[in-house]
Amino acid sequence: MSKVVGVLGQFRDPTALVHGAEAVRDAGYKQWDTHSPFPIHGMDQAMGMKRSGLGYFIGLCAFLGAATGFGLQSWAHAIAYPAIIAGKPLFAWQAYIVITFALLVLFGAIGSVIGMLLFNRLPRFHHPVFYSDRFESCSDDGFFISIEADDPQFDQENTVRLLKEAGALAVDILEETDE
Amino acid sequence: MMTDHSLPEINNAASWQRRFWILGALGLVVYLTGLWTDPEQFWASGLLNTVFWITLGLGGLFFVLIHHIAGSVWSVNIRRQAEAVMVGLPWMLLFALPLLVWGVPHLFEWASPDAVAAHPVLREKAGYLNPSAFRFRSGVYFVLWIVLCGLLYRVSLRQDREPHPDLIRRMRIISAPGIFVFALTLTFFGFDWVMSLDPLWYSTIFGVYIFSGSYLVILAFLILLNLALRSGPAWGDVVTVEHYHDLGKLLFAFTVFWGYIGGSQYFFIWYTNIPEETVWYLHRWEHGWKWVTLLLIVGHFVIPFLTLIFRASKRNLRVLLVMALWMIAMQWVDLYWLIVPTFHPHAPHLSWMDGAAFLGIGGIFLGIFWRTFTTHPLVPVGDPKLKDSIEFTNS
Repeated sequence: MSKVVGVLGQFRDPTALVHGAEAVRDAGYKQWDTHSPFPIHGMDQAMGMKRSGLGYFIGLCAFLGAATGFGLQSWAHAIAYPAIIAGKPLFAWQAYIVITFALLVLFGAIGSVIGMLLFNRLPRFHHPVFYSDRFESCSDDGFFISIEADDPQFDQENTVRLLKEAGALAVDILEETDE
Repeated sequence: MMTDHSLPEINNAASWQRRFWILGALGLVVYLTGLWTDPEQFWASGLLNTVFWITLGLGGLFFVLIHHIAGSVWSVNIRRQAEAVMVGLPWMLLFALPLLVWGVPHLFEWASPDAVAAHPVLREKAGYLNPSAFRFRSGVYFVLWIVLCGLLYRVSLRQDREPHPDLIRRMRIISAPGIFVFALTLTFFGFDWVMSLDPLWYSTIFGVYIFSGSYLVILAFLILLNLALRSGPAWGDVVTVEHYHDLGKLLFAFTVFWGYIGGSQYFFIWYTNIPEETVWYLHRWEHGWKWVTLLLIVGHFVIPFLTLIFRASKRNLRVLLVMALWMIAMQWVDLYWLIVPTFHPHAPHLSWMDGAAFLGIGGIFLGIFWRTFTTHPLVPVGDPKLKDSIEFTNS
């Protein structure tokens, strides 16, 4: 028993890949991706990608970090363990700014790594594209578009035709087998 | 010609030139009458506004230096604008000279022999803080600025005629030691002309603080200038939203940098709590000066930070226009906050001479800038990177 999970088209070069991506974008697909050995300028636009929301996630983390830093120091110094240090008042907010800033940066940095993984749905140890032997060349000189079967527009015949018309040299059907 | 793009032109360049000269002349005439009505205010306003326009010129110089050292591509198309601002810097000697020759005793406490005789610390500092040494050092700064700006601008103009990559290398070779000259002259200029107004106070970060303002004001100026030129032929194609976006990013970054430096200076002085240092901030908190300080924190940091942090606002020319005008105003307020409490400790005081000197010196500065900018190609036509610069995009 095997199940089609997607199709994979190989393209000649970066330019062909960008044109292929534009065709797939214009056909209205949502569950698809491009694969290349190196970043290609203008690919985001060719794929019609929206700006990532990662920045807002990092912003939220950074704000939480600043709030934690400032809150913890204020609470410890002014409420939990009130002590006059170096002649400063109990709530010496100026002194807290450095740690507040440091935690803002720290939470923001950690948030950007975690957010990047979350937004990319990583870690992920397998992907249907690896069913194709052709895909090995993706780390060398292969340029690919994969379209997944759970895309609402997916129709094996039409999707393969679309990729071929968009300039794919070869199209593989990605099949998952129960073993 | 290194590009097939059509080159930008300016509408009514000559009439703008006339307007700048007239503004400068009128401003200066009005300002000069202040010499008879209130000489103390006259010199204070002269110092404030000369320093303001010098910081713009220094910002232009830094923009050019860092452009060459980093081998920037994105800013090639606006390099001529920064270069023309840079050329205005040595010309500020016109206004620095009267301050140096006649203004020093009116401006600086350490220049008065009685004050020095009465204060042991000033006596100790007199080896550095005395009128002849001050004049000599200021002369050295200007000589170095004339040499550095002159060299850079000459090579840049030569590039128009000989589009040879070697000239890029030559400008880099001038810029690398040039940035040391820049850092040292700017720092000591800040120490001498601004920090020494309170001769007992010192802050080692003060030069960096002046630098952060200089760079902010040139960025704001470049945004404003390009938006003003945008109605002219081809400007919109040569300076695109991508370039504004980058200028906006730098404006944002240096807003944060300014806050970081200003915050650090305050923080260390607050923490150590030594009276001879804290008094400087006390003068900027008492007698209504508190409101100027708060305006600076909110206007020079919080507002631009919250506005420019968003990508959309850095790509929105209307927002950038408002922010550019605002930041130029804030740089002026910043220098006002540094300089004027010495002359008006009992309340913030805005004199008509501040405005007249701003417009007068500014008119001349802009006139020199405009003349330099418009008599040569408006973009460096011989630079091999010009095409890439025009076509540059933020991915």
